[in-house]
Amino acid sequence: MLAIFLGLLFAALTIATFSTLSAGPAHADEIGTDQYDYVLAGNVQFNQKPLDGVLITVKGSGYDAQVKTGVDGKWKVGVPEKATYTVTLDETTLPKGVIVAKGGSVIKAEFGLTKVKSVNFFLGEGTRTTVSFLDQFVNRFVNGLNFGLLLALAAIGLSLIFGTTGLSNFAHAEMITFGALMTLAFSVYLGLPVWLAIIIAIVLSAGLGWTLDAVIWKPLRRKGVGLIPLMIVSIGLSLALRYLFQYFVGGDTKQLPGAGLAKLNFGPIQLSPIDLASMGISIVVLLAVSYFLLRTRIGKATRAVSDNPSLASASGIDVDGVIRIVWVVGGGLAGLSGILWAYFRPGVSWDMGFQILLLVFAATTLGGLGTAFGALLGSIIVGLFVELSTLWLPSDLKYVGALVVLILVLLLRPQGILGRKERIG
Amino acid sequence: MIDWGAIFSNAAVELISPTTAAYALAALGLAVHFGYTGLLNFGQAGFMALGAYGYAISILSFGFPVWAAVVVGIAASVIFALILGIPTLRLRADYLAIVTIAAAEIVRLLFTTNTFQPLTGSANGLSGYKGGFAALNPIPEGSYGFGPFQYNAYDWWLRLVAWTIVVLACLFTWQIMRSPWGRVIKGIREDEDAVRALGKNVYFYKMQSLVLGGVYGTIAGMIFVLPRAVVPSNYQTSLTFFIYAILLLGGAATILGPVIGSMIFWVLLSFFSGFIARAVEAGWLPFMSSIQAGQLRFILVGVAIMLIVIFRPQGIFGNKKELAFVK
Repeated sequence: MLAIFLGLLFAALTIATFSTLSAGPAHADEIGTDQYDYVLAGNVQFNQKPLDGVLITVKGSGYDAQVKTGVDGKWKVGVPEKATYTVTLDETTLPKGVIVAKGGSVIKAEFGLTKVKSVNFFLGEGTRTTVSFLDQFVNRFVNGLNFGLLLALAAIGLSLIFGTTGLSNFAHAEMITFGALMTLAFSVYLGLPVWLAIIIAIVLSAGLGWTLDAVIWKPLRRKGVGLIPLMIVSIGLSLALRYLFQYFVGGDTKQLPGAGLAKLNFGPIQLSPIDLASMGISIVVLLAVSYFLLRTRIGKATRAVSDNPSLASASGIDVDGVIRIVWVVGGGLAGLSGILWAYFRPGVSWDMGFQILLLVFAATTLGGLGTAFGALLGSIIVGLFVELSTLWLPSDLKYVGALVVLILVLLLRPQGILGRKERIG
Repeated sequence: MIDWGAIFSNAAVELISPTTAAYALAALGLAVHFGYTGLLNFGQAGFMALGAYGYAISILSFGFPVWAAVVVGIAASVIFALILGIPTLRLRADYLAIVTIAAAEIVRLLFTTNTFQPLTGSANGLSGYKGGFAALNPIPEGSYGFGPFQYNAYDWWLRLVAWTIVVLACLFTWQIMRSPWGRVIKGIREDEDAVRALGKNVYFYKMQSLVLGGVYGTIAGMIFVLPRAVVPSNYQTSLTFFIYAILLLGGAATILGPVIGSMIFWVLLSFFSGFIARAVEAGWLPFMSSIQAGQLRFILVGVAIMLIVIFRPQGIFGNKKELAFVK
């Protein structure tokens, strides 16, 4: 049975890869225009002659669509909201000897006052410089590392909370979103410099962690509510907070200052200064957290509570105090992760945390539920996997790969990579 | 001035709408999983998606008759349940939760991707599969009904079929839970090891429960798409959460709980959003836009889930002694 399943799965993935190479989407020059109000449109021409069958991909704010130009060279894509979309022209579908001459094959399109935004590519004569597989691999690898590091910030918090309280906290997604939203509020709406806004946002996120524990989780622990009900409460909380965010900021995607900085080239690797800063910050913070867990008194107490709460309590550790600290640290880390995620996606939206929540869960489970360093390892694996899988899989299936890996790991090593067997009970 | 008549009749219509029936059936499936067996299935949206797509694709792409399309959908969900169950049913409850939620997302993403666009219609979804079902309709053309319940022949046929299925599923679940099989299932919820000590194959029973509840979810998915089109974004994780809200509202380990819960959920939701939308129009809530009014109800659902779990975990119809929550 299992073999059949795996066979089917790989067959499906192989078909997925091949059909993008050969067939691609059906010959439609309009997609989603009757469904959505906002429309991106363009006209692909070379020397006044329309080009037929050129593949255009529109991505952004969780939406993804592909369209091929019609015989008249025109294409239209309906999009769900007024946001910034990345429009990519697939150069391999252009006729021989034609390339995108100016501005590159990727254009960021932002809606102005109207509901229709035209996006045009400048085509010229020339030969394509194709990026070699190795260069693509290296570039994706670095991107994946960046993504993995920002996932790790959220995953460690989630893992510490799970370790000390046993709660699978679905509302972690909203703690991630909260960090990005607060940065947006203080930098864009209140006009503070971005670094100050980020610091305020992290402090507020830590405060959110404190508040959630003080107002909801501690009283529930006192009441002796079981772990499964607690998990369902966190789901309710996640739902309520998510739509509360949407209530206040609306459904569209907004950009943080500096989100669109030009990429720098380091050999085959293209990174923006923000990406570099993001990786640097992640590494420094992760090292600090490791130091905290391994060397400081409170960190050791945290690990003790994580190991065995009753024993820790018996040896004089203030379990509730430790849990409170874990919530504060977890909240701050989740907030920071949200800010970095807002730059990585790019954009701030009300459900951005929920988009990566499953990946964060996958990372913690992969590493071993409740182990902080397992979460780090798991996150990096998930991050790399998501980015590298786009070398073979269509990009709208990149999360599928990571989730399949999660299921396979549970099959082979249910306790996770660094987990201990007794934990799975 | 607010048109109270319209608000009340819109809310009353939800009482017997096919959507209410679909949610009730899906919640009944979760009652089998979660309420009776103690399995934390967070992938009910995936089962529903398989039903909807299994039915629609069979008809649109392969030209199957209605009965064969239903069989395809059910077969897909049985296979899905087996795939989910094999790796996770031996593990702790929260592992099943994470794996089912991930698997449901995989299903949704596979239906959303452009790669299978000819078959699935990618993000635009599918429509135009209702002909076969409408052709089975024995009710003569025309409009029937009273008060707010005024429908044409197709809509009555749909409601009739949907609620007949719900009633049959309720009777079947009621009987099966009274049977020796049901006692083993409830025993697994209370104490897995004790049941194992009696020589029962716990894993096997759990698998049967997962398949049964999943099939309910799948049929619910088919009922769900008969009054509308198949759109992949309907099958997000939130769908599962809403069904949990219904289940917890009615009572997790009850037969009627999911059905009444679904009715209460939809009537209240319709009443609430109708009232808020009109109150905004009438200028009673100047600080709120009509879009914000639409989001308010989701906030309410979230808060309701929290309050029910904390203050009345057995739901409206549940018995406090038969708490559904596993330790």
